[in-house]
Amino acid sequence: MLQPRRPPPRPTVGSLALIAVLIGGGAAAFAYTAGWFSPQRLTPDRMVDAFKAPGDSALGHRRNHAKGICFTGVFESNGAGAALSQAQVFRRGQHPALGRFNLGTPNPDAADATVRVRGMGLRISTPDGQEWRTAMIDPPFFPVATPQAFYELVIASGSKDRNAMKEFAAAHPEFAAFGAWAGSAPWTGSYAEDRYNSLNTFIFTDGSGADHAVRWSLLPAAQAVPVSPEELAKGGPDVLEQEITARVRRGPVRWIMVVTVANPGDPTADPSKAWPDDRCTVEVGTLIVQKIEAEADGPCRDITFDPAVLPPGIRTSDDPFPAARSAAYAKSYDRRTAEAKDYPRFATGAKP
Amino acid sequence: MSQAVSRVRQRFTLLQRLLHWLMAACILAMLFIGVGMESTVLPKYLALISIHKSLGFVILVLALVRLAVRLRSGAPPLPADLPAPMKLAAHLSHYALYGLMIGMPLLGWAMLSAAAYPIVIFGSVYLPPIVPQSDNLHTLLWGAHFSLAFVFFGLILMHVAAALFHALVRRDGVFEAMAPLPPPSSEVVPAE
Repeated sequence: MLQPRRPPPRPTVGSLALIAVLIGGGAAAFAYTAGWFSPQRLTPDRMVDAFKAPGDSALGHRRNHAKGICFTGVFESNGAGAALSQAQVFRRGQHPALGRFNLGTPNPDAADATVRVRGMGLRISTPDGQEWRTAMIDPPFFPVATPQAFYELVIASGSKDRNAMKEFAAAHPEFAAFGAWAGSAPWTGSYAEDRYNSLNTFIFTDGSGADHAVRWSLLPAAQAVPVSPEELAKGGPDVLEQEITARVRRGPVRWIMVVTVANPGDPTADPSKAWPDDRCTVEVGTLIVQKIEAEADGPCRDITFDPAVLPPGIRTSDDPFPAARSAAYAKSYDRRTAEAKDYPRFATGAKP
Repeated sequence: MSQAVSRVRQRFTLLQRLLHWLMAACILAMLFIGVGMESTVLPKYLALISIHKSLGFVILVLALVRLAVRLRSGAPPLPADLPAPMKLAAHLSHYALYGLMIGMPLLGWAMLSAAAYPIVIFGSVYLPPIVPQSDNLHTLLWGAHFSLAFVFFGLILMHVAAALFHALVRRDGVFEAMAPLPPPSSEVVPAE
């Protein structure tokens, strides 16, 4: 028996139905992956939406840590970090540093004395073209253990419901420690007197290929002088920005960078848990801040201090925050760059 | 037309078919990774975006190779009896697909450049920026990269639908021209 070259045509309706099912299935799989069927999924958009600034004040600004001021300077590496990480930044030498002092608030117009959490974004560049970006804050541990809990915290703290924070604290017992810190830790009158902590855990890989779970901090060279928020408020809404500008004009301001190495078994995935004080620490260098510039026209404006931008020799750990922060910072960046006209630069704009 | 080329090729060359199916897998993965990473803050975000950048570069290189191969080897003619609107749609959609295969990776690369992100592929290869840092440019490029991803996926769905229409309904040899396996022998074959 002979077979014809082409098999007999199938009924067209059946073929068309098959095509429709395949195409519809492909489109549905795509929509599912994009999260369109999962309104509960915590997306970068939802995370960024959670930050509420008064009115339109956020337009053009970072969605959190919205108020800040740029600095430039150098990171002077003493070479000791090379024992922990092969990143070029830890070889003895000076590398350009760019950063941003900031306040942990979605409100870019917040008065400096009203914001409990202060931060520092930092980017260190090395001759091999690598960059190390980090954004640190001054509490000794993070308020919550997971990005989902952080989202809920932001929603609760922005809520008009007076019970929202109580309910949040009840559901997240780890938050009590942060409440205690916020209530009792002394305030300082200067960005230069604060200690900034990575809180998140990262992995350093040394020259032999061995991994070390680490956190890092910048310890101020300036003596911290406690000041009450009421006293600080007398200096005006921008007292911290004016103070750091004047201080750096008088001379460079320094921090020692200290890397803390975890012992086996220390919690690396939970930044709400501080490591014990007796952990091995290594002083790896000094950050020297030499110049302050207003953010609107400054060099820190148009970059993100994305904690997942790391040179070879440093990588993320099982701590889930750097990934969540990286995704949210990128989203915040997409939005604020699209709104640039709402935050004029000095050269072209309205503000003095 | 000379006698030598009078025997018209019915199928794409082996290299063209290889490139087509390899890129089909890469591009589909790329689009799913793209919308997937844009919708999560979980740790897989970092792995996805890292694959997205490396795979994007691979697709750019493959697309340029493929364009050169296409310009050299051409394509089998469409069936003479294909209605003119379908021929036009076939030609236009292929221009669009080539444009997107080359344009999307370049848009992504430029977008990261405009945002002053270091552009790292394969873990440790640093690509240079291809446009200066600029918020306006970033907004434009990001919007284009995002919107065109959906256009690209839509075009691919249409492309698949058309391929299946040729394969199942018209049975005119267009699908077989790019099919990964040769069609059953073109002569009559003895059945079992």
